[in-house]
Amino acid sequence: MKIEEIVQALGLDVKCAKDCLDREVTGGYTGDLLSDVMGNSKAGYIWITRQVHQNIVAVASLKEHSAIILINSSQPTAETMEKAEAEKIPIMVSDLPAFEISGKIYNLLTAKS
Amino acid sequence: MLKVYHCDLHIHTCLSPCAELDMHPQALVARALEKNLDIIAVSDHNASANVPYVLAAAAGKNIRIVPAMEITTREEVHVLALLENLSALRELQALIDRHLFGKNDEDRFGVQAVVNERGEVEDINTQLLLGATDLSIDEIVAAIHRLEGLAIPAHIDRESFSVLGQLGFIDDNAHFDALEISGRTGLSRGRLRYPELDRYPFLTSSDAHFLRDIGTATSALLLEAPTFAEIRMALAGQNGRRIVE
Repeated sequence: MKIEEIVQALGLDVKCAKDCLDREVTGGYTGDLLSDVMGNSKAGYIWITRQVHQNIVAVASLKEHSAIILINSSQPTAETMEKAEAEKIPIMVSDLPAFEISGKIYNLLTAKS
Repeated sequence: MLKVYHCDLHIHTCLSPCAELDMHPQALVARALEKNLDIIAVSDHNASANVPYVLAAAAGKNIRIVPAMEITTREEVHVLALLENLSALRELQALIDRHLFGKNDEDRFGVQAVVNERGEVEDINTQLLLGATDLSIDEIVAAIHRLEGLAIPAHIDRESFSVLGQLGFIDDNAHFDALEISGRTGLSRGRLRYPELDRYPFLTSSDAHFLRDIGTATSALLLEAPTFAEIRMALAGQNGRRIVE
């Protein structure tokens, strides 16, 4: 499933790297401890988090995540947006909490396969 | 003449809900003297009301007190702020108070007692001191530096509330003055574990919450005198001042 389809299905607000939504999402990971995300997430995953610090872009880029979703209407900082644009990591914002957005994306990904 | 000063630059008082009530200023200073410490930093979670009383308890004694605070950033990283004087500490506290929300629950988290140098309770702080401020780590470090203080991420080797745990790594643009390694890991093992952080000075401190913990992890600083300016030079490795590793 492509990022674009998830954005449409869940009404996500795309904040940056809007031209990179044609990437394939292979799975997902939910977490706010960046050390844990670095250790346990995989390439192609969509990452769901409450952290907005610019380090999230470096982690997503390093792990080759397809995109980042910020929960509870959390807004990325200016530095985070700038880095995400440069690294071409799409950041989307949802007004849902992590549990709900994770469940919805899980359903979308498993229904498709 | 340069000499080695034994420093424990991260000690809580009974104002921190997780510290024991016996950690009142007079007892804390007595214990630090017993442990032959030359310099200690008094750092409570997002609070500082006991620092003036620790200074009073240490008046005329052979120990230097550094005003400090352990701030919780928005990312839930603990950052130690070391400051030169009480007026800088008061300014930092005013900022933190504007950005810290919630009320303490004594039964769950513990009592937050302000105690004077005679061991008398002056006040009970009702803020949720264990909570996080809504200031980012970059904003906190900038605020500490505006007040000419030193910004030191605490216990980076721990999983919880550490810059490495919460934020994964330290990027090249971070402006930390040193990094604190917990006593459990220690300096030499810290160096082995984090070769990529070799540009930073490392400190080890006790992070004492109990009297018996004071001085259980210390740093040896080569200084000419136990002053803030000398500590700053030692962290920067200037003029022969340094941390002895």
